[in-house]
This record gives sequence, C-alpha cells and structure tokens, in this order.
Amino acid sequence: MGKIWKISGPVVIAENMRGSRVYEVVEVGDIRLSGEIIGLEQDKAVIQVYEDTTGLKVGEPVERTGDILMVELGPGIVGSIFDGVQRSLVSMKDDIGDFLSRGARTFPLDREAKWHFSPTLSAGDTVMEGDIIGTVQETGLLEHRIMIPIGTQGEILEIHEGDFTIEESVAIVKDGDKKKDIHLMQRWPARKPRIYAKRLNPGNLLVTGTRIIDYMFPLALGGKAAIPGGFGTGKTVTLQQMARWSQTHLNLYVGCGERGNEMSDVLHSFRELKDPQTGRLLQEKEIFIANTSNMPVVAREISIFIGITIAEYFRDMGYDVLLVADSTSRWAEAMREIGARLEETPGEEGFPTYLGSRLASFYERSGRVQCKGSPERSGSVTVIGAVSPPGADFSEPVTQSTLRIVEALYSLDVSLANKRHFPTINWLTSYSLYADATREWWNSISTDWSSMRDTALRILQQEAELEEIVRLVGPESLPEDDKLMLLASKIIREDFLMQSAYHPVDTYTTPKRAHTMLSAIIQFYEMAKGMAETGTSVAEISALPVIQKISRMKDIPNEDFDNYIGELVADFESAAPGEALK
Amino acid sequence: MKAGQLFTRETKAISTARRSLLMIESIPGIKYNEIVDVRLGTGEIRSGQVIEVGKETTIVQVFEGVSEVDLLESTVRYKGEVLKLPVSKDILGRIFDGNGKPVDNGPPIVADDYLDINGSPINPASRQPPAEFIETGISAIDGLNVLVRGQKLPIFSGSGLPHNKIASQIVRQARLKGKDEQFAIVFGAIGVSYDDAAYFIANLEETGALSRSVGFINTASAPVIERLSTPRLALTAADYLAWEHGMHVLVILSDITNYCDALRELAAMRGEIPSRRGYPGYMYTDLSTIYERAGRISGKEGSVTIMPILTMPDDDITHPIPDLTGYITEGQIVLSRALERKRIYPPIDVFLSLSRMMREGIGEGKTREDHNNVFMQSYAAYAEGNYLREISTVIGAEGLSDRDKIYLESSDKFEQEFISQGPYDRRPVEETLGIAWNIFSKLPVEDLKLISREYIDKYLPEEQDQEHLE
Repeated sequence: MGKIWKISGPVVIAENMRGSRVYEVVEVGDIRLSGEIIGLEQDKAVIQVYEDTTGLKVGEPVERTGDILMVELGPGIVGSIFDGVQRSLVSMKDDIGDFLSRGARTFPLDREAKWHFSPTLSAGDTVMEGDIIGTVQETGLLEHRIMIPIGTQGEILEIHEGDFTIEESVAIVKDGDKKKDIHLMQRWPARKPRIYAKRLNPGNLLVTGTRIIDYMFPLALGGKAAIPGGFGTGKTVTLQQMARWSQTHLNLYVGCGERGNEMSDVLHSFRELKDPQTGRLLQEKEIFIANTSNMPVVAREISIFIGITIAEYFRDMGYDVLLVADSTSRWAEAMREIGARLEETPGEEGFPTYLGSRLASFYERSGRVQCKGSPERSGSVTVIGAVSPPGADFSEPVTQSTLRIVEALYSLDVSLANKRHFPTINWLTSYSLYADATREWWNSISTDWSSMRDTALRILQQEAELEEIVRLVGPESLPEDDKLMLLASKIIREDFLMQSAYHPVDTYTTPKRAHTMLSAIIQFYEMAKGMAETGTSVAEISALPVIQKISRMKDIPNEDFDNYIGELVADFESAAPGEALK
Repeated sequence: MKAGQLFTRETKAISTARRSLLMIESIPGIKYNEIVDVRLGTGEIRSGQVIEVGKETTIVQVFEGVSEVDLLESTVRYKGEVLKLPVSKDILGRIFDGNGKPVDNGPPIVADDYLDINGSPINPASRQPPAEFIETGISAIDGLNVLVRGQKLPIFSGSGLPHNKIASQIVRQARLKGKDEQFAIVFGAIGVSYDDAAYFIANLEETGALSRSVGFINTASAPVIERLSTPRLALTAADYLAWEHGMHVLVILSDITNYCDALRELAAMRGEIPSRRGYPGYMYTDLSTIYERAGRISGKEGSVTIMPILTMPDDDITHPIPDLTGYITEGQIVLSRALERKRIYPPIDVFLSLSRMMREGIGEGKTREDHNNVFMQSYAAYAEGNYLREISTVIGAEGLSDRDKIYLESSDKFEQEFISQGPYDRRPVEETLGIAWNIFSKLPVEDLKLISREYIDKYLPEEQDQEHLE
C-alpha cells in the first residue's frame, strides 16, 4: 500500500505506488478522500484529490482501486443530482445530512430499485457491440435502451423479461468461449469518448423556444455553442431556459463552480415545470451535476467529463441530447489551480498552456453520429458552454480559446442588461455557422425564413449605424424614412427579440409562431412605408393602435394566437388605405 | 482556539527563513494546514500555518513575516489543529478579535462546541431557494432590489461613499414584513479603521441591537492573516446561530477589498503565480467559500443572509474584487458618486444594482400584487428620463418634446422622492410603492404599458388631487 509523502493543497504525492496507472482512482489518507493519479515517477505518484486535504499527515495510507474513473450508466440516472465525481447528492443528504463531509461514499445509481426490462431480442440471436437488446421505461418521457457493452459480442443464450436491479443479469451472451452477463448498468471511463459508427454533419434545428436563438442564430442538433457574458447579463437564466425548453430527448445541466442557491432554484423549478410538447414534468428528461463554487475545485475538472460521458451514452441509444455547462471558466480556473500546484509553466494569465486543447477535447465530444449497433439509429450531443470573462472582457484566454472551437456564439451584453433587455444576446456580435445546416429544416416551416431573417438583421444593423447620428443631432432631425426604420427596429427589438423567461406564454415560442410574429412585424413595416410615401408622418404612424396590438402579440396564448394574428393583419389592411389618405 | 493539548510537538530544525516562509525539517504527525506558533529568540511569538508538508521538509508561512527570525534560537510548535471557534449562545452580545478572542472585557466563552471556521459546503440538494421578503425600509432596495432571506447581496461602494451608514440603517430596520421578529446580526470588520469599527458598534448599542449581535473586529493595525480568518469566524458564528438555534442571521462583512488585498499579500509572499492585477487565480473559489455560506436549508428553521461591503478601487466595477464577487453573489447594490454629489441619500445606482432573488420575494402575499409591475414601470420611466437628460445636454432642453419634458421631470422626482430618504426613515413597502404610483400619476396614462389595467384602476392616484396636494 502507498503512503503519503507530501501534501500541497489538492495535490498529494504518495510513495510506494509502483504498478499503478495514470488516472487510476485512489483513496487518500485515513479518511479515504478520493483522488486520481495524474502523474507517476519511479515509485511516486502525483495525485489530485477531489476533496479538501486539510488535516492529512505524511505517512497516512494511499490505497489503489485498480480502476480509472468510471461513470455508472443505467436506469435510475434520469432525474438524478450528482456532485462533480458522480456521487448522488440526494443519497448523501439522506445518509450524512445537509452539509457535505469529506470521504463520504455513495453509489451513483440506486442498487435496490427494480426496473421492468422488456427484451426486444430473443435467445439465439447474435448480437454485436452497441446492439439494443431491450428497453426499460425509465420515466414517462424516456425509454432507457439497454445496449450490449463495447467489447462484447456473440450469441444470446438467455434473455428474460421481468423486474431487475441494475446489477442483476438480464441476459447471457456467449462471446467466444466465455459467457458474459448483461446488466442494466454499464460503466465507461469518463475521460474517454464513447465509440460510434460514423460521424454525421450537424443537421436539424435544436428548438430552444428562445426566438433570437432559433430564428436569428439557430443551433443545429450536434452543434456546439458558447455563451460568454459578464455578471448580471442573465447568463444563467438564458442557459436554464435552454435546459428547460429545448426539444431534445434528454438534457444535462452541469453546474460547475456556480451558485448554490441558483442550483437549488433549478432543481426546484424542474420539479414543477412541464415540457411544452408532452405536458410531463421536466425532471423526467433531465440530469443534474451540481458542483457549486464552494465545493472542491478538483472535482470541477472531472465534472464536465462525467456530464459529457452520460450525454454520449444516451446519444448512443439514438437520442438527441443537450448538455449545458455553467461555467467553463470555472472549469478552466480549476485546471489553472492544479497546474500551478504542479509547478507547470503557465501560459496566458496563468492558465495552463493546454487550456485550448483541453477545452477542445470537451467541445469536440459534441456531434451527431450514426450509432454503433443495430437497429440502425442516429443520435446527437449538442453542447452549450457558458463563459464568465473577467470584467466582461472577451479578449481573455478562456473566451478566446473557446471561440476557436465553437460554431455559434451568443454574446451577452452588459449594456442590454442595464436596459433590462432580456435575453441580452447582442444581435450585432453574435453569430451562428449553422444557418445553412438548419435551412432545410426551416424550409419545412416556411420558405421565407432565410429572407425574413436577413431583412430583420439588416434593419437592426442600420439602426446601430443611425444611433450614432441620433446621439449627436437628436431623433427629431432625421429624415422620415430613417425615423420609420428606427420605429421598425424598435418593434423588432422589443416585440420580437425581447422575451420574458417568466411569462408563462412568452417563455417558450415555437419556431412556427416566431416566424408568424416576425412576418407580421415586417408586413407592418412594408405597410407603413407605403403610408409614409403617401405623406403620413412617422409620428402619426407611431400612434396607430396596431402598434400596441403588435406589442401584445407575444403574450397571447397559443390557442388564441391564430385568431389574433388574423385580426392584426385585417387591421393593417383597414389602417393602411384609411390612414394613408389623411 | 482549542489549546494545543497533549499532542504538542516542537522543533528547532529550521533550515531556511525567506520572505514569509520557513522550511523546517519534518517531524512525524504534522497535519496539512495546521496552525503553528513560532517562538523567536527574542521571546516574541508569531503564528503561522503549514502550507506544504513532505516527508523531509515542511513549509510554514509566518503571517507576520520572518523579520528577526533566527535559525538557531527560534522554535516551531505545531498546535495540531486548524483554527476553531468556541461557540455557545453566549456569543450574542459579544465582540471578538480576528482570532476569536473576546476584546470587550467580558468573560471567556464557555464553549458548547468548537467549530472549524472553514465550515462545510451546504449540499445543493438540501438547499431551499430563498423567497422571504426582508423589509429594509429603504425604498431603493425594497422597491427595486429586494433582499430575501438566505441571499447574498453585496454593497459595491467607493471610498468616501456612505456604505457604513446604509449598512447601519439596514441593521436597524431589517425585519420580515408583517413580523416584528428581528435578525441576529453578525458583524465582521475586516481591516477597517478603528473609527469605522467604533461607528458600527456604537450604532448597534444605540439601537439596542447589541444584545442580538456578535462582532468580529480586525482593525487595520491588526495582523494581516486575521483578515482571512475574520469573515470565517463571523460566518461560523452565523452558521451556529442559524443551524443550531434556528435564528435568522444577517451577516455584514466590511470591507471585502481589505480581505482580497490580504489574500494577495500572502499569496505573493509564497511566490505564487498571480492572476489579474496580482490577485491569486483561486480568488473566485476562495471568495465563494465565504459567500456561499449564505442560504436556507429545507426543513430547517434558520437562515444566513450575507451582505458584504466592498469599496471598488477607483470606482471600477470591472476590478477583480467587485467582478468576482458579482459572479458569486445574487446581485449587487451599487452606490453612485454622481447621486452622492447631488446629495441624494442613499445614493443607490438603480441601473447597475440588481437583485437576482427579487422575483421570488415579491408579489401577492409577500409584498403586494402590483410590486413587479411597479418595479418594471419605474425602471423603464427612470431609464427614459435619464436617456433624455443625456440627450438634452447635447441638443438642449428646447429640442425635447413636451412628452419628453414630463419624463425628464419625473426622473428628477424619482431621485428626490423615491430614492432619497432619511437614514432614520423606515418606509413600509406599501409606502415605497405609493411614492412610485405618485410619480406615475404625472406620466401619460397610456404610457404605463408595463402595468396591468387592473392595478392602474386600483392604485393610480387622481392627478388632480396630486397637484392640489403639492
């Protein structure tokens, strides 16, 4: 058995560790803190410890587990709340109380719960890696598909329908001359990407229900996006909205180094909110990882990898999965802290030189794939990472390294937050390279999408240019057509881009509805242009009651929406000729 | 602090003394992070902490520095413990130093327990989202930046701004709406001047709050290391009162800027790689271990609400101290020098201030049904008025329309009547909302788009009456 040789913060060096492997999990000290070997030299091992090392002494034991850090995957995982090293926080609460203590051990998944397994294959069938052999209806929203683990293939000797715990054998496979038990649970190393058959291009739109994202800067299933924003820009609310409403099969929320109260707010709200399509509780399709800022720093580093491994596992079942990570900056800071303890040569702002490649190794695990095994199926992992740039300065290393990897950027703007324009996604600096990938999907809603989007973005761009002039000469001195354009852009900003996360209707907008809303606004603008040409002043146009009607559009419940829009368009038609003649 | 007890171990084998660090030949049984006493040849005793322990060498940081340390005569005594605070309910009404020793000439505390000052993180699954409105009696807070139990809401101030006065007012006035039950106050003074500490204590005494308060005072002249332990002592006392005795505790920590500077000073002495502006890279994590001790726990009676005060160097909100704080806390109350110059008290900058917990703490049954609407509308009207004020400085007031002039006027009224109030003026939240409605009554009623019709009919005063009254 190894012995502690040196302690420096979360880094412990142990001696007498010959034969251990890098990334092997070890238990450190008399109170058995868990840690991971990150380097070996002769008989000494450098260990990063996931918990506070205060009070450890030289000479205390270090025990090897023989395993590298594995993620437990199986029924019972949906709706769970894990800490950064996949300990169940709910079990810890029941076992040890309201405060986290060191050295606590819990299984990630419940060992006693029974799940009803329905086989889809029979004895005598031949199976390969990744083949689905049966299902467990885990929640009302999610069917857990049981797959043959990687590394197993052969003939099914036995397979049983019935109620099983995750450790009981549901089938036996004859693999060569070995008989292998298949369980509902399998394990996979966190740091290793799971295997798929073929990589596919990101495709369909990930419907988030947030208008500025879906319509202006669409994200494709299997895509990767970053949301940088200073404090107070509503980063967390924006991310929570995506984790809540995104039309995926499963969402993962990784709270990495963030606020405890906020995490608790997320947890409580998911127990009450319902999925807009199915009306079921959101927690039936959600998994949480909560490593708040005051929890051990080292566990932050691994928490992201645990999250993405779980996401890949569901992807392999043929599902579309969204992983939201809040915040990758805290994750990067954890790496910086370990790097400094190891006395590595620092890169920019003290971050390790491998910051960029480590970020890439996380984001690159997103994507849409053809899954391994039969039946033939494809799945995707979409990743959205929050970035918390110090002083809202986007030139800092984490933001910059992230921008080199992601394909969509939602940049949150402090000045919009100060104007209480939410979400604070800046339409001038944000972008998405998935507009082409999602065009086909959008065409199924409306073939106008692309041109409508261009028109709206152009108006907003022109507004930004005019704003400079307004500041100098006042809005009254502008020519009428510019004033009208400012009116149009104001309507687009306030009645389309602004969206309340707290209004029961406005919080989620279907793409079709978003398209109808923007079409109505653009139609109004065209009509108003006609009126202006025939001599109606912009002041008069601004006073038209239809404008009020447009502004109430976003709060109209879905069932009344078509009628409302019908009336609105009728109002345009009656307003235009009548008013224009005055 | 718990005494060294049976396991006291001493050594003289110091090999190096440099900067604030001592390298010592290891003896068995040294614990990582434990506290040590260093006795100098002169007889002076300094405290330090084990920051690295190896089989051969132990590194100790001496908090007051290594000047006059000699390698022959000095002795290092390991105390076997991290810093602990003796607690019992008798700590109420008492004042301690940054080491947890009484400084009020009272008797020592007969301890029920000794608590590790670092605390333990609250399990996120055990937390209860904060939602109970705290009425501070200050309109700019109660109306627009609501504080709720279990929140951490800092005051971002600047040198010379009246943050202590505002904090004192909150301490005097804060209570749960509709109840007379008051908070237990824990006050941690970190590196403040003697005058500031005395002001605060006098204020507690004057209002009779001292008997439900605990103070931890580390003045500017006290050892730097105690700046790091002071907030933790304060929070340990708060944890104890809240979770063991079910009390609702309001913790005031002032000044976090001194805390961060101490953190930087000690990190630099260890030769650590600095991050922005020389502050250590782990400052976010370190601050979070302080701020995150705020909260509520499901099924437990008490709560810990934290109000840290920090002075922004050069009023710069992007400085690492306010920046990292803002990333952890649930909003911020920002004080404005411009309002202070207009002699508005409290000079709270409504645009930069924010309470993330506000939505949960207001509305029917908590404050009043129209609160959220009033908040949105006040904010929008004041923002518009301010924008016009900015424009009018360029193009002149003549360039404004009549409607614009109404807004300009209303934003002045907003500052003078809504934000401004006396330090002893405790306004019930209904009064705060009433002032806002009075201001709305001067605006064109069709502009009150953010308020639902029903509340306009119910709460909007008749304009005629208003003018009459003035």
